[in-house]
Amino acid sequence: MGEEFEPACARPTGGPVGATEESPSDAGETETVKKEKNMVMVGRKAPDFTAPAYHKGKFVNIKLSDYLGKWVVLCFYPGDFTFV
Amino acid sequence: MSIDSVFVHKMWDEHELSKMVDGGIPFPMMSDVGGKVGSVYGIYDDQAGVETRGRFIIDPDGVIQGYEVLTPPVGRNVLEALRQIQAFRLVRETQGAEATPSGWRPGKKTLNPGPGLVGKVWEAWKTDMAFD
Repeated sequence: MGEEFEPACARPTGGPVGATEESPSDAGETETVKKEKNMVMVGRKAPDFTAPAYHKGKFVNIKLSDYLGKWVVLCFYPGDFTFV
Repeated sequence: MSIDSVFVHKMWDEHELSKMVDGGIPFPMMSDVGGKVGSVYGIYDDQAGVETRGRFIIDPDGVIQGYEVLTPPVGRNVLEALRQIQAFRLVRETQGAEATPSGWRPGKKTLNPGPGLVGKVWEAWKTDMAFD
């Protein structure tokens, strides 16, 4: 899974799929309602994303929705070379 | 997935993890520089600038069935994550006809939710079954 890519000097990045970038100009002074960020919820769709990855010697681009049809365990952790 | 670059992932796999796991890490080690994905999943700590120990189980339809989030010093229980996947798979295969009570693992008694079970769980299931 995932298309291989050749890394250049810029660090490859990914991000949520379909999310619109918040632009500061949209936030007018009249806006009084602050949008609360919700935690994802069980029973709801997992937000789709793309992310560059290292996988068995190669650099590949991963997209969560490419894994539809499979069970996925998505793990986050604080950092490489940390201890636990 | 962490905020480290794929280059650091490569170094970590080559220099340390491959000494713990034969052949190195078998799954993709994803990079989330800036924590954009972690923010959407609610596990990015923007004060510390790192991702917390979040673990999400996502079913074949792309639906989140369960998650767990820990602070950095405490590690996960992989067997518990696998047990949960086994339970979610069973529920999915039976289309909800079977449910897995507390402490369930493969081979143990499941429950069949329905009108006949209302108020009768105490007959079908004992609390010590959660601990054996």
